[in-house]
Amino acid sequence: MARHGEDPGMVKAPKVKQQRKKKSKENKTRTVHANLLYDHAKGEENPNRHYANNKIKTTKYTVLSFLPKNLFEQFHRFANVYFVFIALLNFVPVVNAFQPELALAPVVFILSVTAIKDLWEDYRRHRSDKEINHMDCLVFSRAERRYVEKYWKELRVGDFIRLRCNEILPADVLLLSSSDPDRLCHIETATLDGETNLKQRQVVRSFFDLDCDFDPLKYNSVIECEKPNNDLNRFRGYIMHRSGRRDALYKENLLLRGCTIRNTEEAVGIVIYAGHETKAMLNNNGPRYKRSKLERQMNVDVFWCVIILLVMCLFTAVGHGLWMFQYGDKRPVFDVLSPEGTDLSPIMSAIYLFLTMIIVFQVLIPISLFVSIEIVKICQVFFIHQDMELYDEETDSHLQCRALNITEDLGQMQYIFSDKTGTLTENKMVFRRCTVAGVEYSHDANARRLAMYQEMDSEEEECTSHGGTLPRRDSVTSHQSARVVLRSQSTKSHRRTGSRAEAKRASILSKHTAFSSPMEKDITPDPQLLDKVNECSSQMDFMRFHSQPMSQLPSDLADIIDFFIALTICNTVVVSSPNQPRQKVRMRFELKSPVKTIEDFIKRFTPSRLTSGSNNSSSSSLITNRSSNKGCSSVLSSPSAESTLTKLDEEKHHGGLEHAFSPIPPCYDGKGWNLEEGELRYEAESPDEAALVYAARAYKCSLVGRLPDQVTVELPHLGKLSFELLHTLGFDSTRKRMSVVVRHPLTDQITVYTKGADSAIMDLIRPPDTGKRQKKIVSRTQNYLNLYAADGLRTLCIAKKIMSKEQYACWLQRHLEAETAIQGREELLFQSALRLETNLQLLGATGIEDRLQDGVPETIASLRQAGLQIWVLTGDKQETAVNIAYACKLLDPEEEILTLNADSQEACALLLEESLHYIQAKFLCSSTDQAAKNFQNNFAPFDIYPSSSPLGLVIDGRTLAYALDKSLEDKFLAIAQSCRSVLCCRSTPLQKSMVVKLVRNKLKVMTLAIGDGANDVSMIQVADVGVGISGQEGMQAVMASDFALPRFRYLQKLLLVHGHWCYSRLANMILYFFYKNAMFVALIFWYQFYCGFSGSAMIDQWYLIFFNLMFSAFPQLITGTLDKDVSAETLQQLPQLYVNGQNSEEYKPYMFWMNMIDAFYQSLICFFIPYFAYADSDVDLFTWGTPITTLALFTILVHLGIETKTWTWMNWLSISFSISLFFTVALCYNASCPTCYSPSNPYWTMQRLLQDPLFYLLCLITPVAALLPRYFYRACQGTLFPSPIQVGRQLDKLPAETRRNILSLSRVEVGSALSPKTHFLSLSTPSSTGCNKKDQRSFPGSNTSQGPVLQTDNQARRRGPADSERDLYTFVPSEIDTLPYTKDAPKLSEEPQPPSTRDSERLDKTLEASDLSLSGWITSTPLLSQTDCIHLNLPPDGDTPCVRYTRDSEEKLKSEQIIQKAQKTEQDTEQSLHVTT
Amino acid sequence: MMATSYNAKDEDGHITVSGPGGGTLRSRKPENTAFKQQRLPAWQPILTAGTVLPAFFIIGLIFIPIGIGLYVTSNNIREFEVDYTGVDVSSPCFNCSQNYSWNSSRPCTCTIPFYLEQPYEGNVYMYYGLSNFYQNHRRYVKSRDDSQLHGDMDSLLTPSKECEPYAFHDKKPIAPCGAIANSMFNDTLELFYNDPNGTKVLVPLANTGIAWFTDKYVKFKNPGGDGANLTAVFQGTSKPVNWLKPVYELDKNSSNNGFINEDFIVWMRTAALPTFRKLYRTIKDAKVIPTLPSGNYTLEVVYNYPVRSFEGRKRMILSTISWMGGKNPFLGIAYVTVGSVCFFLGVVLLVIHHKCGNRNNSADISN
Repeated sequence: MARHGEDPGMVKAPKVKQQRKKKSKENKTRTVHANLLYDHAKGEENPNRHYANNKIKTTKYTVLSFLPKNLFEQFHRFANVYFVFIALLNFVPVVNAFQPELALAPVVFILSVTAIKDLWEDYRRHRSDKEINHMDCLVFSRAERRYVEKYWKELRVGDFIRLRCNEILPADVLLLSSSDPDRLCHIETATLDGETNLKQRQVVRSFFDLDCDFDPLKYNSVIECEKPNNDLNRFRGYIMHRSGRRDALYKENLLLRGCTIRNTEEAVGIVIYAGHETKAMLNNNGPRYKRSKLERQMNVDVFWCVIILLVMCLFTAVGHGLWMFQYGDKRPVFDVLSPEGTDLSPIMSAIYLFLTMIIVFQVLIPISLFVSIEIVKICQVFFIHQDMELYDEETDSHLQCRALNITEDLGQMQYIFSDKTGTLTENKMVFRRCTVAGVEYSHDANARRLAMYQEMDSEEEECTSHGGTLPRRDSVTSHQSARVVLRSQSTKSHRRTGSRAEAKRASILSKHTAFSSPMEKDITPDPQLLDKVNECSSQMDFMRFHSQPMSQLPSDLADIIDFFIALTICNTVVVSSPNQPRQKVRMRFELKSPVKTIEDFIKRFTPSRLTSGSNNSSSSSLITNRSSNKGCSSVLSSPSAESTLTKLDEEKHHGGLEHAFSPIPPCYDGKGWNLEEGELRYEAESPDEAALVYAARAYKCSLVGRLPDQVTVELPHLGKLSFELLHTLGFDSTRKRMSVVVRHPLTDQITVYTKGADSAIMDLIRPPDTGKRQKKIVSRTQNYLNLYAADGLRTLCIAKKIMSKEQYACWLQRHLEAETAIQGREELLFQSALRLETNLQLLGATGIEDRLQDGVPETIASLRQAGLQIWVLTGDKQETAVNIAYACKLLDPEEEILTLNADSQEACALLLEESLHYIQAKFLCSSTDQAAKNFQNNFAPFDIYPSSSPLGLVIDGRTLAYALDKSLEDKFLAIAQSCRSVLCCRSTPLQKSMVVKLVRNKLKVMTLAIGDGANDVSMIQVADVGVGISGQEGMQAVMASDFALPRFRYLQKLLLVHGHWCYSRLANMILYFFYKNAMFVALIFWYQFYCGFSGSAMIDQWYLIFFNLMFSAFPQLITGTLDKDVSAETLQQLPQLYVNGQNSEEYKPYMFWMNMIDAFYQSLICFFIPYFAYADSDVDLFTWGTPITTLALFTILVHLGIETKTWTWMNWLSISFSISLFFTVALCYNASCPTCYSPSNPYWTMQRLLQDPLFYLLCLITPVAALLPRYFYRACQGTLFPSPIQVGRQLDKLPAETRRNILSLSRVEVGSALSPKTHFLSLSTPSSTGCNKKDQRSFPGSNTSQGPVLQTDNQARRRGPADSERDLYTFVPSEIDTLPYTKDAPKLSEEPQPPSTRDSERLDKTLEASDLSLSGWITSTPLLSQTDCIHLNLPPDGDTPCVRYTRDSEEKLKSEQIIQKAQKTEQDTEQSLHVTT
Repeated sequence: MMATSYNAKDEDGHITVSGPGGGTLRSRKPENTAFKQQRLPAWQPILTAGTVLPAFFIIGLIFIPIGIGLYVTSNNIREFEVDYTGVDVSSPCFNCSQNYSWNSSRPCTCTIPFYLEQPYEGNVYMYYGLSNFYQNHRRYVKSRDDSQLHGDMDSLLTPSKECEPYAFHDKKPIAPCGAIANSMFNDTLELFYNDPNGTKVLVPLANTGIAWFTDKYVKFKNPGGDGANLTAVFQGTSKPVNWLKPVYELDKNSSNNGFINEDFIVWMRTAALPTFRKLYRTIKDAKVIPTLPSGNYTLEVVYNYPVRSFEGRKRMILSTISWMGGKNPFLGIAYVTVGSVCFFLGVVLLVIHHKCGNRNNSADISN
């Protein structure tokens, strides 16, 4: 079993590696025996001896290995090797330049700083390891025959451990026994995946029915399972009993290390994986390392520095050779022979000198640069962390920087790829409206309630959290709302101390369940529907009372009750009670296991069951039964027939049961049951599920208990009903639906309830020939679905199916085969699910609102202003996505939308071609700009400014799959580039990452991916910067991300402010570093001309070596950390300033060279002013060199001062500290030792210099002369051609009031200054008012027609006259021509396409239905109505592939006018500029 | 359902596990301090023509007077220089310069007459100047043993490796060792004033007080301490190869002999540039005013030091001194130049400011 060769490559522990080597030949599975059997033979015989024990060691080093290992690791960095090489070179006497020991100092310093950091980290790891290793757990001891306390580290594979509630699991444990009557164990996996809901784990089936306490001594089975791997969601294996029987093991049986036991008093398990082999540890990857764009750029310049260094060395070496050569044989006295007294030839001398010069000039390659960058980045991360505005009070979380070394990338982003759900939206699913059996219930009261919440959110007042003042319900349910309010007050009252935010946070803290804010929970029912539910249930009650078959119920009422039952039970929601947090509500009526074997099935469904109708055991007796059964029974006892066969008697003995099941008399009061039921909490895996359950509860159809085999639902009048849960076919992304198979307690029918995406369900609906009613329901529902989608709601379809016993038996047979299959179990189960979910009967649909997060439209608008391209990649359906896009201002009503839907590769190619043509035509019409010409010739250059184009692109997942093909990707990109916004719907996680990768690699742009769910992980990992939203969907996105935000809107400040700052700070600092080192080194270089190119340095070697490390290090760090070119407010108000970073304007290649030239100029000044001042004087080498050092220091610091934009006291302090440090060190050093520090021996030099007026005169003039050009240039630049940044800075200086006024005025000004091409395509097509009206009127029809057309494109589209009038570029494909493409349609669409007649009929129906209450819809979706949608579909005719560009002459005229108008406005704005400035 | 439900169930298991999360109940809300919120009060200068203008003018106005002052000061310094290398055939020292050797036993003497046009007042300093002599050569600079010069007995007998190949001679340690000491300037210069009445008066030259105080009394020490018999102390050492006399015979005055001989100390302070001067003597005889009256002088040189092999030059310089040192007009010129450039640039900026400064100075908008 489970021989799937899982690559255990993630295994880290060396022990495991050894072991793997040993065992790799043997097998690919792990066999676990119980340790107890081998207790006496601890060593050789224990078959588990090879497995890692539970002691963890995450430290890298031991005391002994620290030094060599750490050094080895540090030498992986090339720079370190280089510096060590240079330092070692100093030990060679012929070439040495400095005292060798001294030359080692900086390298040793750098290495030791890193080593100390590593050591500290390692020590912390060691401490935490120790703490973890010494945690206690209960392990069964053979000697003492009981569980004894042991340390975690003593735990071994094969040990039995007993876990108590709230204990943390010490290892991966196979669950063998649980105190839970259902043989369940609840665990919380927050530490693993951050999901806060409880997960159920099941006891291994063989031990399931073991009613007595599990006795480890009796255990004699062998477990065979997978090798350790890091897949948290997979565990496969089997357990082999002595009897030879095998039972499969699933991930539901495995408790993972790090999780916490909840809700379960006691559980016993056997350790399967321990220590480093646990899944949690294998998943524990180190931090991510990315290299930022700036750093890549910097490395190029480091390379240039190396070249400059080599050139300088070569020059000096040649110079030295020539200098020697000129003396010929007559060696002058000052040309000292080598120590051996031998004469060196000029050539040899030159070669030695070359090496010497490398040492002397080593400073040019800044050893401290790398360290400084690290430090600055850490500080930047610190400040980002500390930003209050990035802190979310609601969740008490702030921004996390998980990758420390790419902060500056945030300032250079060009493309943002965003997920929709949970990222743009809150992922708080709120039930909005539903349609049942073709009738829509608009839930207006509910909408009003939601609007109230929105207002509440905007008001930052505490009183809003008191429900008492809130008239949020209408009168019908006012008493109910009062109670809700009371409840919420009771939970909050003890915490309500301070601000509302605090109360909010407290409520978060006290919150045990996910997805249960009052907004999601308290749903106001639609009165109409509520009446129907009541009527229906009372009828059912009546019928049950009179023993009438349920089938007599009117079908629409039956549908309604079925609909709510489906909402209630078709999920995996766990019910718990808040009084005892995490305590499952036990409402057990009987014990029954899910159907697991054929025998089981037969036993349960044999006719004898019907005869056992006399059994009228009540629930209470069953419970006592159960408890009496708690005696010791056989290990593999079968479920007692008695208990399995009880349920169907319910309807027959309703009289007795009524009281047993529902303690309160069934009446429409709602008070009584609500008191009890209201206390229940629902824990759902996805917010939609919870929303639906809460919605059903609003209709008194509430879920009160869920057990693995049964769901208890409380219905009005009917009381509690228990549905026997036969199967749950969980949700997966391919099926896009989930189903439960239950036995209906009232009808005793096997019923399948399916819930899923409309696209998935609609195709599975029973063919419409079955009945007119059903047909009508389907078409109406489809109609409403489209409307829901148009309103931005998430739609789900609910369907059911009634199976006959034979059908079920038939299906069950194959399903069980699939379940027990060894190979390809998943695939078989999938197939099995597909077989079940067919021929469904549509019940209705729900519309869930996923509310936009606060500030999303504003954030998107401002990010877009910042020149960022925003793409939204979502898995949602097209209509929903488009509408959300409108709502969040991603798409503009002004812009035209290209919708790409294709069914095949060819179709997609054609579509892309058409779109390109269309765009070209558009561009040609509107502008003769060079960019357009470029575009026409070749779309590779991508010169078009996307932001200027009023186009939006919408593409669905299937088309995207084709478009991402190698042959089409260029075209796709070209189109996407010319569109202002791109929306990819129905995209899979993989596609998301492919899109990001494509854009990143092809366009060579910086990409940012933001998402919140597991489906965004791949995208986040691919992008240059991955941002995770630490929202409701677990932590996977956050774990994979570089930055984690609590909310989408924080992205604005993160990018526009922090990104900009980080980038500009770091860029400036790097440039300054290069300048500084070049300037300093060049001083020595110039000196070579005056010392016979002998490699002599007038700067004392101490100064030379510590100059970078100490004297000039602090100010730049302070500036690099704190400098703000523009204030945060201005940066946010003028997002255009972000372009600065996008275009890398702070650090362009030429800037490096400009800085180098400036450095050389400055060094010339700093060298030659002292040179001439001291020419032909009695000054000695170091008395002359020390002023030069001082001057250089002053110049460098003043240079930094010129470049510093913000002077805080820190800057002043650091600069004065640097200067005083230099003088202090110099004075101390010069006074310390009269004979040391050969050769300079600077005794008393500085002291003497300080008495020399000449020194001060030099200090005054040299920095001035050196910095004059730069200062002048900066001043001129500030006046003549100020960068937008400078304009921003000037704005900063103004008083706040004035600034605000100007900002509103100068928004245009700065924008035009930044990108003069902004007006390059200002062709927008605002339709005239009359046209608008027409649009609005025709909207319902056209809009609904959009739905099916968008989804199934090879169907014909009928367009009314209004449509063709509106969409000028519509290509109407005929049915025949589209047929060839359908052949190539991939197998994605397995279901046969419904005939087009159906579709057209549906269209007609929708047109008919448009007289329904749609005026409300129109007003609620005003955005769509103004849109110019361009649907590019398949070409119209096979023989005429050319496209008809029917451009209305009127339209053309209009556009020309617009251009003129635009130009005029441009002029106007320019004029206004002049006016304003 | 769709997007949200791609949760743990169907993703591919790349879940990283964070360390033990700090379950602190304390709010993680960042502190609202000016530092942490990056709102420190700051001065934000904006460099534009308008703001920078005053700086340029101020610099100009300060620098030009300083420069003029420096220039005048420098010009007031009297300096006389005579080249006695003897390159020219006509030069009196030509003959001496022809036979170059370091330690020729027969000293060659030459006499150079010169005329001082102006009287030299106050302290007059006599320098010898060398050109094209690379005292700053890397290996040369290193070739000394400071602890030996500090009077350390061990170093005296076992000179440092740095002195190689001038550490030992005939297996005897050289004192003082190293190339610097070995190449010590050994010409003797004497100055005579030719009185208008025909007598030749020897100008009294002081050979002390020419070295740094700290050098003489801290850095350089004779082995064995003060008052020791230098001849005995230096027993067993060898004189530098190029020297005529051993180190303990440099001067008769015991406080200026051995390693603390000031000529030696001055030489040991290696010059920064290949053309340099070193203080040779001072003329401080306050009895005569002016110190050096104008008139004819004769310089008598005992010519030992060979410089022609490396195209070097030897000079004798007489100079008075001011508060800013010797004669050097450069700094004054530099100040005047920089000052005027600043002034000029200031004017340019003024023009720029007037022409286009208003356009972008948003500060004006508010007014």
